[in-house]
Amino acid sequence: MSISEDTIRQVETIGSKYSAGFVTDIESDKAPKGLNEDIIRFISAKKSEPEWLLEWRLKAFSHWLDMPEPDWAKLDFPPLDYQDYYYYAAPKTQDRPKSLDEVDPKLLETYEKLGIPLREQEILAGVAVDAVFDSVSVATTFRKTLEESGVIFCPISEAVQKHPDLIRKYMGSVVPFHDNKHACLNSAVFTDGSFVYVPEGVRCPMELSTYFRINELNTGQFERTLIVADKGAYVSYLEGCTAPMRDENQLHAAVVELIALDDAEIKYSTVQNWYPGDENGKGGIYNFVTKRGICAGRRSKISWTQVETGSAITWKYPSCILKGDESIGEFYSVAITNNYQQADTGTKMTHIGRNTKSRIISKGIAAGHSDSTYRGQVKIMPKAEGARNFTQCDSLLIGDLCGAHTVPYIESRNPKAQLEHEATTSKIAEDQLFYCRQRGLSQEEAVALIVNGFCREVLQKLPMEFAVEAQKLVGISLEGSVG
Amino acid sequence: MIRIENLHVEIDGKEILKGLDLTLEPGKVHAIMGPNGSGKSTLSYVLAGHESYTVTAGSVSYEGKNLLDMEPEERAALGVFLAFQYPVEIPGVQMSNFLRTAVNAVRRLRDEQELDALAFLKLAREKMKALGVQEDMLKRPVNVGASGGEKKRNEVLQMAMLEPRFAVLDETDSGLDIDALKIVAEGVNQLRNPERTFLVITHYQRLLDYIRPDIVHVLAQGRIVKTGGPELAQQLEAEGYAAFTGEQAA
Repeated sequence: MSISEDTIRQVETIGSKYSAGFVTDIESDKAPKGLNEDIIRFISAKKSEPEWLLEWRLKAFSHWLDMPEPDWAKLDFPPLDYQDYYYYAAPKTQDRPKSLDEVDPKLLETYEKLGIPLREQEILAGVAVDAVFDSVSVATTFRKTLEESGVIFCPISEAVQKHPDLIRKYMGSVVPFHDNKHACLNSAVFTDGSFVYVPEGVRCPMELSTYFRINELNTGQFERTLIVADKGAYVSYLEGCTAPMRDENQLHAAVVELIALDDAEIKYSTVQNWYPGDENGKGGIYNFVTKRGICAGRRSKISWTQVETGSAITWKYPSCILKGDESIGEFYSVAITNNYQQADTGTKMTHIGRNTKSRIISKGIAAGHSDSTYRGQVKIMPKAEGARNFTQCDSLLIGDLCGAHTVPYIESRNPKAQLEHEATTSKIAEDQLFYCRQRGLSQEEAVALIVNGFCREVLQKLPMEFAVEAQKLVGISLEGSVG
Repeated sequence: MIRIENLHVEIDGKEILKGLDLTLEPGKVHAIMGPNGSGKSTLSYVLAGHESYTVTAGSVSYEGKNLLDMEPEERAALGVFLAFQYPVEIPGVQMSNFLRTAVNAVRRLRDEQELDALAFLKLAREKMKALGVQEDMLKRPVNVGASGGEKKRNEVLQMAMLEPRFAVLDETDSGLDIDALKIVAEGVNQLRNPERTFLVITHYQRLLDYIRPDIVHVLAQGRIVKTGGPELAQQLEAEGYAAFTGEQAA
């Protein structure tokens, strides 16, 4: 079940109570374009942050200035002009469409196909609605249930105030601010995101996902997520949005850090469908994401599942550091590119502990003039006795103007490790299309069906409520790719 | 009523059908027999609308409509069904999903109400029971890892679900042992009715022992060279195709 109208109504009532809070504050302030120390001080002051966090941001910023951009990905785009972006911009209420009538009909058509309720369409399209759906208000609805189980789930800016010890201990512990240029930028200017802490022995009573569609709306550009699962804890978290969002921000640089202690498990799922640009490759989001989890404890497990269909440029490698003995890392990915989209995505599995296991299943689908690259690294450290990895990368090409590339790096420093790598590249077969069409399916239905079959292994890993929408999304992303 | 007139078809620049004329009567089972390379499979693909084949001349009229103008899915909606000689594998797609998508696509094109999951399952179970198809077939990926017999039975099941008005069976007997052949033929026989026209294409007379045709045509060198009753099949079995191809029997 996706977000229900009931939930939205509930949220509305709560939202109105908070309308004078967080969001109104932002609206009254806007930082000018560009990036310098003052902007960072401004952001930090806006959030009433403690001194240590400001220092951390400034350190990241000074480091960022001299840092080269990563250039090893198979991506082609003009150099970024960092001074041309807003780093703290309020939602532009005035520019927003007043009703759905003013929204691009193509966008609405997609919502229709995904079966998204009207009310939710308005939110996604950025229509100026009466109740303000910010992360503070929505979280409140669910917070009570979560509180009873001891789970902390709140905006990261709030966690800085209320749980400073946890934030100081864990933030930047998996992705240090100097990790790469994009992560460094995020560390300097992140405006919000989520914090989750699941205490020892607690199984989080719900998917932390149901409302995320709304939550993420205006915090998307430089969000920062931190999830800590204490000993024996379990949490499943879903970020993203199956419907394309109206979004003027071209540059996105997010950071996600996951920490799993002994016997803990974190399942992190993403459905990313940011604006991909038009048929001619004009516009679209640049999505530079640093996601990494550490299986710090024994027998801990981190599982990444992603369905990436949006963005003009995707640069993303959700990774696992398998430090605890017998810990497990998993990466399940579907990346679909169409028109002029480019995706360079994959994972890094670093085996440090004994008997650590990792599993990588990547499905890349390229259509139109697009380019899809799987880039993965499996690294076995000397002490990782009994480490095992299985990697499978399958690429499916639609048409003959697109490209699919598989770039695996394998490094084993332990002679007893077992590594397996399988890769296939295929084209969608004419015979399959014809067979489907003979049974009455349209060309587009046939492509959607065949591609969904190709990705099934990965889509099955998604939480139920999003699997259905993700399946529809697969079809929609490939519309116009054949014929 | 299906009327094929002076049909010329080529693939990769090579002419395969060279002026084929054929009239199929409603509710009848027509058999086309012919040697390898005579154009049997080409005919079935052209009727279903495969894009690799180019029609250079002639016409196919189906219930008064020009079939050659239509997309494959439009033909399917109008009741044209092809049981494939080599059913295609679609990895990862469950048979139930495939079949329901197909049934609903066709229903939508016919302006009929789509079936929800429950109604679909009920119908599918009914048909499977009648055809003796195991229910676990629905959970398996389409034709993946299936035996020759299973694939052909699967085709018959799809036919039963889609309820075509014109069914073309392209060498349904190929790759089947005698037991599998009997089961498949029995399935087809169940689907015979006065509104449904069959075109059974085969190389061997064997299949026609189990699916008894009303009319038999001989296809040789891209044309129908003879039409007769069921006895024509017997004659072919005994004498071979040599008389029609002008070649020595192998």
